[in-house]
Amino acid sequence: MSKASDFPPPFDAAEFVAEPTDPADERIEVGVLIVGAGPAGLACAIRLGQLLEENPDVAERLGEVPVALLEKGKQPGSHLLSGAVVNPRALQRLFGSRLRLQDLPSYGEVPGEAVYVLTKRAALRIPPPPPMRNHGNWIFSLSQLGRFLAEQAEEGGTMILPETAAQKLLVSHGRVVGVRTGDKGRGRDGQELGNFEAGSDLVAKVTVLAEGTQGHLTGVALDRFDLRGDEPQVWELGVKEVWKVAKPLEHIVHTMGWPLRLGAKYREFGGSFIYPMGDDMVTIGLVVGLDYRDSELSVHDLLQELKTHPKIAEILEGGERVQWGAKTIPSGGFHSLPRKLHAPGLLLCGDGAGMVNIPRLKGVHYAIESGRLAAEAAFRALQRGETPATALSSYDDAVRESFIWDDLREVRNMRQVFGRGFFVGGALASAMTVSKGRIELGKLRAEPDAEQPLLTTGRAASYPAPDGKLTFDKLSSVFASGNKTRDDQPSHIRIERQVPADVARMWASLCPAQVYEVGADDGDGTVTVEVAPSNCVQCGAITAKGGRLTPPEGGSGPEYTVT
Amino acid sequence: MKIAVCVKHVPEGTSRIDPGTKRLDRAGEGALNHFDANAVEAALQIKGDSDTEVVAVSLGPQKALDSLRKALAMGADRAVLVSDDAAAGSDLVATSRLLAAALAKEEPDLVLFGQQASDADGAVLWAAVAERLGRPVVSQAMELSVDGGSVHVKRQTEHGYDTLEAPLPAVVAVSDAINEPRYPSLKGIMGAKKKPQDVLSLGELGVDPAEAGDAGSRTTVLALGDPPARADAKKIEDDGNAAQAIVDFLAEKRLI
Amino acid sequence: MATLVFLEHHGDELQKGALGVLTKAVELGGADAVIVGEGAKGLAGQAGKYGAGKVWACEDAEVAQPLPQPRVDVLAKAVADGGYDTVLFANSVLAADVASGLAARLDAGLNWDLADVELQGGDLVGKRPALQDSVYVDVGWTSTPRLALFRAGSFDAKESGGGEPEVVDVSPDYAAHSTAVKLLGQDAAETGGVNIEDADVIVAGGRGLGAPENFTLAEELAKALGGAVGATRAVVDAGWYPYSAQIGQTGKTVSPKLYFALGISGAIQHKVGMQSSGTIVAINKDANAPIFEFSDLGVVGDVHEIVPKLTELIAQRRGS
Repeated sequence: MSKASDFPPPFDAAEFVAEPTDPADERIEVGVLIVGAGPAGLACAIRLGQLLEENPDVAERLGEVPVALLEKGKQPGSHLLSGAVVNPRALQRLFGSRLRLQDLPSYGEVPGEAVYVLTKRAALRIPPPPPMRNHGNWIFSLSQLGRFLAEQAEEGGTMILPETAAQKLLVSHGRVVGVRTGDKGRGRDGQELGNFEAGSDLVAKVTVLAEGTQGHLTGVALDRFDLRGDEPQVWELGVKEVWKVAKPLEHIVHTMGWPLRLGAKYREFGGSFIYPMGDDMVTIGLVVGLDYRDSELSVHDLLQELKTHPKIAEILEGGERVQWGAKTIPSGGFHSLPRKLHAPGLLLCGDGAGMVNIPRLKGVHYAIESGRLAAEAAFRALQRGETPATALSSYDDAVRESFIWDDLREVRNMRQVFGRGFFVGGALASAMTVSKGRIELGKLRAEPDAEQPLLTTGRAASYPAPDGKLTFDKLSSVFASGNKTRDDQPSHIRIERQVPADVARMWASLCPAQVYEVGADDGDGTVTVEVAPSNCVQCGAITAKGGRLTPPEGGSGPEYTVT
Repeated sequence: MKIAVCVKHVPEGTSRIDPGTKRLDRAGEGALNHFDANAVEAALQIKGDSDTEVVAVSLGPQKALDSLRKALAMGADRAVLVSDDAAAGSDLVATSRLLAAALAKEEPDLVLFGQQASDADGAVLWAAVAERLGRPVVSQAMELSVDGGSVHVKRQTEHGYDTLEAPLPAVVAVSDAINEPRYPSLKGIMGAKKKPQDVLSLGELGVDPAEAGDAGSRTTVLALGDPPARADAKKIEDDGNAAQAIVDFLAEKRLI
Repeated sequence: MATLVFLEHHGDELQKGALGVLTKAVELGGADAVIVGEGAKGLAGQAGKYGAGKVWACEDAEVAQPLPQPRVDVLAKAVADGGYDTVLFANSVLAADVASGLAARLDAGLNWDLADVELQGGDLVGKRPALQDSVYVDVGWTSTPRLALFRAGSFDAKESGGGEPEVVDVSPDYAAHSTAVKLLGQDAAETGGVNIEDADVIVAGGRGLGAPENFTLAEELAKALGGAVGATRAVVDAGWYPYSAQIGQTGKTVSPKLYFALGISGAIQHKVGMQSSGTIVAINKDANAPIFEFSDLGVVGDVHEIVPKLTELIAQRRGS
């Protein structure tokens, strides 16, 4: 049985750490630099806008651009994807009396919920296990919310720079002083094309990394500043679709069980969510822990299989798919958090730092709260008489005193039962009931996802052949993500190209965007892995399972609008 | 010298036609029409380091400012947006009238257009605008230079290449083969917001609302329908004679 | 309806596309034609054969060069003198500029990119493909004259057995700006390598060709047909063919009269770059390949066996 971790990618974090190299007068100087226009980064920008408005003296000293926010997608929202059922408390704390929840672009409060355990043909309804109760939470499209928050941030004075990738962390004298943005206009072999534009050094007094799951510079910073926590981080992969539907869905739905297999050796843990988005749209997604072992497991195809279940097909009957997307979710929880969330000149927020409550499948409100707290710490660091080091470490203190820490610490004890997804606790509990106790609790996962030994079970035979109406192939799904990545650019994916067939097959099945294909046999027990990087929707799964995603040219990737 | 570049803000992502208005659904996000980026680039290449002024001009809703800012980020000096609710739904006749009015105000030496728009409503605007301005027009330019009061163009037609010359002031539409538009630098993007951006209503432009929008248009959209089915679609299996079957098929359609 | 059709000519032949529009106009109830440039009068007979009742001809020095603006002056006069309420054009680089300039001159509605036109209860209704031909929009005019510009090749030219038409000289006053552009020189298109976006025939190859050297199959077929060679993203990514030949969402969009898809599965990323081609012939081993859902002739078979034979048959037929 091969392990992907035996074939590590050609990647060295040190390649992405550098001193500023642009001549001093060409460097772009800003006050606070935020990387990532997701809920964490935007909350940070919005809060900074509020603080700078209240303190014009500080604002003045920050120069022409007090707050800059880099986004690698075409625009804020293009790379945002979640369920999402959001706990509103962080939004309320962020906006205070300035905005009410009703002013935000949401699909309203959760109208009710149902949880099912599925078998191939039946659906057994069970009462929602405690962590899964969503009363009082609101349904959002994270992509839409991102666009809205971006407008708020800009109105507050933040300069948002879309289509801009943060390629390298600028470190000088042991301190983070900013980032270097990625080049544009390079060809497939790295050559400079006619319209080549080199990246720039963007220097700032404080840099906030809010890059989301598998954040590129976050990963680099965790290594460079030795910030990793006790346990390695692990991930789940979510693949979802948004559908126009003929009849409204009355409540939010979560399912577990089929098409995932219960046997402990498979380690297939996860479940699905189906949320109404108003009366005429629905979002359906499947989330699976990446510590699975079957080399043919494809979350995308399992989602297609799930839709053929009579209970689910009924919801989508007469409807039309309008969007598709995929993204990983950090699921290590409390024990996988970095041991510190700051370093000289640097703050870490949100999913990038692993702030996700898997038993409740919630992370958006932690991202927002951490962004808000980061803004306050950054602001403190900018004030006269403050030692930046003390100010930034106050961020760690603030996060530890917040509900982020309380919640994540609380559910760390549920790891035994709920450890691999909020579905698992209920799944195991219900599966135990349904199977009369034949299910055993798997070992606690402590290994990185890429270290799972691979099995082959012929699972792919059960995936439905795409019919183009209810079920879809990967390529047309990539099209439905709005992805139009420019092909003639260097590959942004670091991966070992000569690997055993089962590792190659695992990668090919893993990737929802069909970036990897099993190529020719090299005759020595390995095959060549073919890579089509322009399909990539930057979900991050490959990094969890033995490769390494880095940011492509700014503006590449999906163009999500309602995910 | 002053060069005006006409640019359009077009819907991005998967477009759809709004069944209610039967027009392109422009509610979503938009971007600078990528063919117009070629025109902006052509203007910037002529400008080089000189003090030639490049003005980006557009007709559209407020959010068209996003595309104008992209032109500013690339290096244009100034942006002018004609924006008025009364102008919504303008067809070629109305649009050319409004654009010509805005351009007449600017008195540019050279007006540049991209060769078409990536949304449903593009193409052929330049000749109508040139007619209204009373200026010579050359389209499909794949090479362009200005010297001593004339513009020199090499253009591509179905028959080959033409070399032409026209005295300034003139209107030129560039093909997308003319250049590869530059990526705006970060400095350019950040500086764009500070460059002058004027928004003009019809009143400020001196145009009667009756000459714009639906009122000022001479064409109309009636209905949406399905395309005609591909007649006689055939599928055959090769039994050794496929090549001949293909030839027969092509001959029947008079394609060979 | 009083219709005038703009006929273009190159040398001593009237353009087929424009004759097709004339044919359609005749079907709708009759039409006159206008021919502008050197040798215009001599072509009136040809126009008559395709049904033109009257031909307005202009051979002024001002229109000797194939430039649009003086033609706007000619057409404006013909429309005024002839009392036409409808003017039809077949698309070309020249015709598009003439139609657009005329629309501004007359403040007349112009619907372009039309694939068809019909009379609905006495009103003229144009059919316009939109969103990569996935939707057809019915468009109309709110005043006269009505101007319409049709996609190249929308209608077949058919002789209607008409006799010699009446020929009327038209010689307008030319606006100052109409004669300002000077044509300094013309070069024929380079014969080696047809530009893929202008090609009437494209032969595209995909992964089903099997190996980079098998692209010669596509090249030979393209040569026999006088067309250009295209490639899918997959083979360009694999280095089999240059990016300049890539057809698809992130490559070029083409709409030739004839498109051959050899060993191409037909993923949507490719489809959106070629789906509005006139006739699509696909050859693929996989009977379930999506390309068969939108091709006019689908052949399930081996490209390596079929294409060489096909190339030979076509070369024989064309005597080349």
